[in-house]
Amino acid sequence: MEEAGRGAVVEFENFSFQYFSQAEPTLHDINLKIYEGEKVLVVGPSGSGKSTIGHCLNGLIPFSYHGKVEGSLKICGKETQEMNIFELSKRVGTVLQDADGQFIGLTVGEDIAFALENDRTEQGEMKETVQRVADMVDMGKLLKSSPFELSGGQKQRVAFAGVLVDDVDILLFDEPLANLDPATGKTAIDLIDKVWREYHKTVVIIEHRLEDVLYRDVDRIVLVNDGQIVADMTPDEMMAADILGKYGIREPLYVTALKYAGVKVEAAHHAGRLVTLDIPAVQDAVLKWHNEPEEKVQQEERPVILAAEHLNFQYTKKRKILQDVSFAIQEGEMVSIVGTNGAGKSTLAKVICGFVNEDGGRLLYAGEDMKGQTIKERSQNISYVMQNPNQMICKPMIFDEAALGLRLNGVPEEEIAERVEHALKICGLAPFKKWPISALSYGQKKRVTIASMLVMNPKILILDEQPTAGQDYHHYTEIMEFLKSLNESGVTILMITHDMHLMLEYTSHAIVISDGKKIGDASAVEILTNEKIAEQANLKVTSLYELAKLTGIEDAQGFVQKFIDYERRNMRA
Amino acid sequence: MKAKLFDYIDRDNFIFNLSGLTKLLCFIFMTFAVMFSYDIRYILFVMVLSAVIFKASGLEFKQIKIMAVYVVIFLLLNFILTFIFAPTYGTEIYGTRHEIFRITDFYVVTQEQLLYQITKSIKYASVVPLGMIFLLTTNPSEFAASLNRVGISYKAAYALSLTLRYFPDMIRNYQDIAVAQQSRGLDLSRKEKMGVRVKNTMNICIPLIFSTLDRIELISNAMDLRGFGKHKKRTWYVARPLKKGDWGAIVFGAVILAGSLCLSVFVNGSRFWNPFV
Repeated sequence: MEEAGRGAVVEFENFSFQYFSQAEPTLHDINLKIYEGEKVLVVGPSGSGKSTIGHCLNGLIPFSYHGKVEGSLKICGKETQEMNIFELSKRVGTVLQDADGQFIGLTVGEDIAFALENDRTEQGEMKETVQRVADMVDMGKLLKSSPFELSGGQKQRVAFAGVLVDDVDILLFDEPLANLDPATGKTAIDLIDKVWREYHKTVVIIEHRLEDVLYRDVDRIVLVNDGQIVADMTPDEMMAADILGKYGIREPLYVTALKYAGVKVEAAHHAGRLVTLDIPAVQDAVLKWHNEPEEKVQQEERPVILAAEHLNFQYTKKRKILQDVSFAIQEGEMVSIVGTNGAGKSTLAKVICGFVNEDGGRLLYAGEDMKGQTIKERSQNISYVMQNPNQMICKPMIFDEAALGLRLNGVPEEEIAERVEHALKICGLAPFKKWPISALSYGQKKRVTIASMLVMNPKILILDEQPTAGQDYHHYTEIMEFLKSLNESGVTILMITHDMHLMLEYTSHAIVISDGKKIGDASAVEILTNEKIAEQANLKVTSLYELAKLTGIEDAQGFVQKFIDYERRNMRA
Repeated sequence: MKAKLFDYIDRDNFIFNLSGLTKLLCFIFMTFAVMFSYDIRYILFVMVLSAVIFKASGLEFKQIKIMAVYVVIFLLLNFILTFIFAPTYGTEIYGTRHEIFRITDFYVVTQEQLLYQITKSIKYASVVPLGMIFLLTTNPSEFAASLNRVGISYKAAYALSLTLRYFPDMIRNYQDIAVAQQSRGLDLSRKEKMGVRVKNTMNICIPLIFSTLDRIELISNAMDLRGFGKHKKRTWYVARPLKKGDWGAIVFGAVILAGSLCLSVFVNGSRFWNPFV
């Protein structure tokens, strides 16, 4: 890995770290060198310690999070133990995961200027620097905009500019894709790539959405598990090594497809990125697999449980949020609602639950008009789970939290015990019945919120904003398989999501909303192989579709469907 | 969308373009003027003035409607309670007694008491629009910058401005949580007894507090990472140098305060205007 002429800017040597609040070290004996001008991707499952590595780089450890450090970490040749967070912030610029939360200033210009203000830069010079850096990330014309007027992608650009003003050597991105829709994620990766190339920065990206990061070149992938580095190789080698799945990281879908097709992926195939993939070497196998006969899974017709007819909603006269939206959802379906941020997806969920009232059109539950029904009445049939479990949990104990809805409805205590027990069992929480909620992981908390809805015996469950946001592949699979089993037991599930893998693998039906209008309503496979809809709704056509095209398969949609069916049948049985 | 309260919306007019420092000083001057004087004529004058300024700043009544409702309720309560606990305070102050009618021997409505209570209510009523104008026309960051310029530590000033800034967010968050909890059967409507409603509100506050704490950790990390608190002083991107208009406004505010003081010292001879002698 040693490259001539380039010095190491990050050197971990036998580095260990243990949070004071934890019994075990989070990082064990890390040895890692990152060279000047390199672009390194750090991947690993939740709790693997990958974020802790990031915190060590930018100084949040030990400045904000205290713990015991062993070994050495040098940045640009200087021992970090001897530096403070301010010194480090001049060398390592960090773009945090939540672009919204880290927006400190009230306007774009002010936010970008934040570091300069703290450095006591004189106002005239400050304005010049801000303008120059804002132009670098294409935000130069929006200096006066407030965060409310910006999209998620734009906010991230501002955060990016905010660290570029310091002319740092190392740029650290902590899960840059977590809150972005697929198309915006793509532009974010493009932008990182541009700055990396043009300004010769060293870039470290921490992210588990591997395929999306590999949309552009990456020098090395470092795989972290259980606080240790388990692999450190080029993307091509990593795909060939076939270890990602084992550590709870999802490999790119096209690589999975190659494996299903019986291809033994080797480094020489250059499978790290789809554009570098050696197509002739794999073409035959893929074509052969595609042409194998496949039995079709038949979908039976079921009664419609929820229907919207020409639904309209607006907050003010000028801002129309939903316009003439109609759809029909059958009983027992699992449906994804997708579209850009601010397209009206969440509003649609709110209208369905009665949190806000529609201005026109009708909503029918099992054929019956829901007009005039209160939130409480609707909640007998329709349950709504918010994105962040911390926004819902209000009791310290798991049992009480799950029982809350029933208690509020005056259900007798014996019946409550029975129903709660049942719901906790479905959610795999039965052993934790008497536990405090604070002892649970994020994913488990999410289940508690779902359990607290299930006790009400809803017919429809609406999950807002990515039920799996911020979850690694392992936890993602766990939550999704759980939802699937719930769905199979008869609950109709509506999910608002950005996650195309989720859409593709779990929901047979997808509704696409863009600018308040419904622009697509079909199977997820059809939507994700339709370039026009994908572009309009800020989605991205799946790499399976691209692989099909590259290998000369005409029925690309059929290929994607084949992949899904194959996976359902062989992998998850 | 109901979270209009305390939302800062930038506009381009004379009041908005004044520096935050000017507005802070004017606010302090005029509030002090009103608070010092018990001369209803002068207070009414300032109140009309603040209404004019409100109009000139292009703010709309609906932006402060909720606030106005609370203020009216508070004033009414204050009015009633003052009478219940001190029905003769007015006669003590003014030294005369002009009865209007008797309720009981203790509760006598006098002209003095009425004047005193109305004066007091108007006092509060005229300060509130001033405060609202100040809050709604001052960019929160500039507000911090101006606090810093009158000598308050920039860390404290920034903390205050961040609070103001995230207040609308918190209200939005509260509303989101409230509807989600209502869908679990939490009743916040009038149908429920007061005690239960208070308890139910608690159920919303707990998740609100936890999600707010998450947020605070994030923002303080983000600020640390960008060097907040590195030096004893910092500069401000949004600070505006004082212009002619600013000086004019400051002098105007000072004159109002001086007017109030002079009126008390030279004309009325005390803080109270006494029409009864």
